Amino acid sequence: MSDHRIDLEQVRHVARLARLELSAEEERSLAADLSAIVSYIDKLNQLDTANVEPTTQVAEAGTPTRDDVVTNQPASAQMLANAPARQDNLFLVPKIIE
Amino acid sequence: MTGDLFRLTIAAARDLLARREISAQELTRACLDRIAEVDRRLNAFITLCPSEAFAQAAAADERLARGDAPALCGIPLAIKDIYLTRGVRTTCASKILGNFVPPYDATVIARLREAGAIFLGKANMDEFAMGSSSENSAFGPTRNPYDLTRVAGGSSGGSAAAVAADECIAALGTDTGGSIREPASFCGVFGIKPTWSRVSRYGVIAFASSLDQVGPFTKTARDAAILLNTLAGVDPHDSTCAARPVPDYERALTGDLRGLMIGVPREYFVAGMAREVEDSIRAALKQYEALGATTVEVTLPHTDYAIATYYILATAEASANLARYDGIRYGLRVPGDNNIELYNRTRAQGFGAEVKRRIMLGTFALSSGYYDAYYLKAQKVRTLIRRDFERAFERCDLIATPVAPTTAFKLGEKMADPLQMYLSDIFTISVNLAGLPGLSIPCGYDSAGMPIGLQLIGPPFDEETMLRAADAYETSGALTRRPPAV
Repeated sequence: MSDHRIDLEQVRHVARLARLELSAEEERSLAADLSAIVSYIDKLNQLDTANVEPTTQVAEAGTPTRDDVVTNQPASAQMLANAPARQDNLFLVPKIIE
Repeated sequence: MTGDLFRLTIAAARDLLARREISAQELTRACLDRIAEVDRRLNAFITLCPSEAFAQAAAADERLARGDAPALCGIPLAIKDIYLTRGVRTTCASKILGNFVPPYDATVIARLREAGAIFLGKANMDEFAMGSSSENSAFGPTRNPYDLTRVAGGSSGGSAAAVAADECIAALGTDTGGSIREPASFCGVFGIKPTWSRVSRYGVIAFASSLDQVGPFTKTARDAAILLNTLAGVDPHDSTCAARPVPDYERALTGDLRGLMIGVPREYFVAGMAREVEDSIRAALKQYEALGATTVEVTLPHTDYAIATYYILATAEASANLARYDGIRYGLRVPGDNNIELYNRTRAQGFGAEVKRRIMLGTFALSSGYYDAYYLKAQKVRTLIRRDFERAFERCDLIATPVAPTTAFKLGEKMADPLQMYLSDIFTISVNLAGLPGLSIPCGYDSAGMPIGLQLIGPPFDEETMLRAADAYETSGALTRRPPAV
């Protein structure tokens, strides 16, 4: 197993991309866990895949198409029923433009 | 009729209901009473829905009285809490979904409703189906009915435990890397993961879309066939769902195994496997030979790379699928001064440790500078793993392996070491990468009395042969089943 270190700097960068606020303790433990897991995953480099096509999905046929017709009725009250914050017929979010 | 109605199989309950010897309401009452008696110890359910269940049971009894009962009329089921159920809270065992109440049914839930099935409640699981022990649940772990100090397996541990402990007649789970087969093995029940695309995933909360598949937990192979008859088939809401016709799986259970060729991959009998598991699998293979099948050694040379491949692809897909939990439209919201802070805090407080770990790993694998080295590399190795199976199936009709290298482990035993937890899926993960059907059959018990599972793997869309072989083994009397003493 190779030794692939993921440092705190990388953990913070990835957390920013993933929209996760991490505590200092979480940053430290994730650095250790990800280092161990990525070191294990590096075993894939033992395989020569230069001439191998990637598998993106295992379905037999391609993606089927359908007619562009509306099949569901408007149901905004239902869609808003689980909203953590709402006003009238809208989802409420913090102000994003000063 | 009195007695332990909750112990019935689907096939037996179906006959008693059709003859009106029992009612759907009696059967539902028996299951809910059983849950009330044992679930404090097992924690197999997150949410119970008794009033909805009794309403469904009353409707089922009316249809039975009219004589127009559909296939599953009056059969009480447990549903993994990953399926959207209209009007019944769906959590995916996560705090981030809060008190989410779905406005619509998953396709398979709608089909089961139409077939007359009854939903007792929502079964416990690892959060977002990420885990192999059901310990990663925001609602506490599910315990194994055979030994309360051990895990039920995961991620569909609640469904497996509920069937094993007779809290329901059958259950639904999902399987992304072994999440039906491993808990089925640990709890001594049947669990089937159909071919990817055989069953609709619409309304099933997504973990890794190219790997996720819906499937049943049952007390017998016949029951698995009966449930799959209702679950399988094309769905206009899921464009990946196969348009192939659905055979009658129950009719495939002929008991005839003459001429069947079973491949045994040499890479699956390696150091690290518990001796009693290996002995039990070898004995099951002998039984298959006695039933008229032939075993042949096959090779799956890239087996050793499956876990590394899986933990890149599954986490990459998960990091994208879980981006939708942002605290805006549903679920938990933790306030912040701006949207970004709101997202970051909502996700920080809403997701558990394992989910965060996988989002981080997947985001890393997809991030600039690492995409080719990890994500693309893993997609290529996935091709090699698929080819291994294609070659092996040139020589055999089914492949037989253990489901897991050990029986159920102790609660807490693997929680400190994520990599060790991942390695418990070593025999099931390749099947998802190759998109194949796989099934877990109870085939023995170790000296501690814990169940052992035999895995059968079929070529794409050959659930019939797999179920026929499972049923033939089961009904040959090779194993005397020992219900758990919960």
